[in-house]
Amino acid sequence: MTRLERKESLIRIALLVVAFSAVSVLVVITVFIIEEGTPIMVKYGFKKFLFNLDWFPSEESYGLLPMVIGSIMVTFGALVIGVPFGLACAVFLTEFSSKRLRRVIKPMIELLAGIPSVVYGFMGVVILVPFIRETLGGPGLSVLASSIILGIMILPTIISISVDSLEAVPPAYREGSIALGATRWQTTRMVMFPAARSGIIASIILGMGRAIGETMAVIMIAGNAIAIPRSLLDPVRTLTSNIALEMAYASGEHRQALFATGVILFVIIMILNTIANVTSKRRKA
Amino acid sequence: MTIRRIHSIHKVVFFFLAMLALNAGCSRTAADKGLTVAGSTSIQPFADHWAEVYMHEHPGYTVNVQGGGSSAGIQAAKSGAADIGMSSRELKDDEKDLLEIVVARDGLAVIVHPENPVDDLSLVQVQNIFAGNIRSWKYAGGPDREIHVVTREEGSGTRGAFQEMVMGKSRIFPRAIVQDSNGTVREIVANDPASIGYISLGLVNERVKAVRLNGVEPSHEHIEEKKYALVRPFLFVTSGPPKPAAQDFINFVLSREGQELVERDGLIPVFRN
Repeated sequence: MTRLERKESLIRIALLVVAFSAVSVLVVITVFIIEEGTPIMVKYGFKKFLFNLDWFPSEESYGLLPMVIGSIMVTFGALVIGVPFGLACAVFLTEFSSKRLRRVIKPMIELLAGIPSVVYGFMGVVILVPFIRETLGGPGLSVLASSIILGIMILPTIISISVDSLEAVPPAYREGSIALGATRWQTTRMVMFPAARSGIIASIILGMGRAIGETMAVIMIAGNAIAIPRSLLDPVRTLTSNIALEMAYASGEHRQALFATGVILFVIIMILNTIANVTSKRRKA
Repeated sequence: MTIRRIHSIHKVVFFFLAMLALNAGCSRTAADKGLTVAGSTSIQPFADHWAEVYMHEHPGYTVNVQGGGSSAGIQAAKSGAADIGMSSRELKDDEKDLLEIVVARDGLAVIVHPENPVDDLSLVQVQNIFAGNIRSWKYAGGPDREIHVVTREEGSGTRGAFQEMVMGKSRIFPRAIVQDSNGTVREIVANDPASIGYISLGLVNERVKAVRLNGVEPSHEHIEEKKYALVRPFLFVTSGPPKPAAQDFINFVLSREGQELVERDGLIPVFRN
């Protein structure tokens, strides 16, 4: 073996170790969460844990239903706001804008993804929450506020992946459709969308994953009440904020219950990621 | 995208390794003359201040102040993991075997927006508001407006003290807004004219109004005269007589200098020398 080859194989092994260390972190996290979280679910019964309405750890009552519903409501709200805007933006960028404009706008949208979530939360508290309180009533810290902020936060995910998948549609499709006399909008709606469908769905699911997992911004603007909201103006607590809010002081069963919250969150996100992977794989096939 | 994600995981791993290496290096040096004080996060900032001044005056001594909450602090004192445990609630019956020293007292203030016309509430009214039985300010002497209740998160010492002194057996309203620090509770109450919350008396400022409870204004004088109802002790607990280093730190905390420090920080001193 020459010196160069030895060096090469050394680097290869070093990189392999690093690569596995990354995977091992995932394994450690998974095992740890499940090990810490499942005993209490078994003890109180999975059904009771998931469908009980009362979360009062000091009275040993651990019902996660308000948080599960809270997470779903906030995420759904974020999609209602983020998906139409995101798709409209992606369509504009790929079908209706000039190349030069796209080269300016797309990096700016991707920059949006780099803004730390605490900044979004801060903007929410300072601008959005008082606005909602004064115009619509309620405390302002609400499902609506969190949905709007999360809707903005998932825009970059939805836009950039949708743009990529619309751009990946062979140009012949578009040209053919236009040659047949279809307008641009008809082409977009009837040719481009169906062709890029799986990529667009994947973008929505990834955006959903981001919305469900977001913690900091949500803690700041959701109000974190432990009850199922009755209107969009009521405060709400999500699974992630439940963990982050109470982790600092929790001990014993309370701590285990927070890990169990993590297990449920983990399962939800695994399901979403799997769906996203399956749909995007189908696109390539 | 995946590549970028893996890349950032690597960074995290390296960061952890670096932290581990650093930690290993630190603990060896800190263990020598170290004194560990752990527990209530309500006392922690004041204990940090004590420790800072104490270490400045006693070079070579180290006082480690850790949070974790009152219950964790009491456990740590029991098991010997900490030399001194800090608790911002009274000891329970099964914890009475520990030695307790009151190092300061803290008042809890019930706060509302400065524009709220209500400035006097009875303890029963406060209890009913936080339990969700009174939902409009009109039943508490104010305008016909929904009350926005703001509370602390489960496990917080401040919430624990409030629960014990005001709520008794009744639960805090599940629809109450939950915030995880005195500061954020104050921030919300300062901005929302319909809200009510409770924070440590030392942290009340001109942006919020502390209401009178049963007609008694929350002030240092009224707390010292035992007229104001919502006062909680800040305790240091040790398992058996404190060892010399711990005793020395406790003496410092109870000295004129230590007590003046907490008074400046907004607490009520136990002695006035």
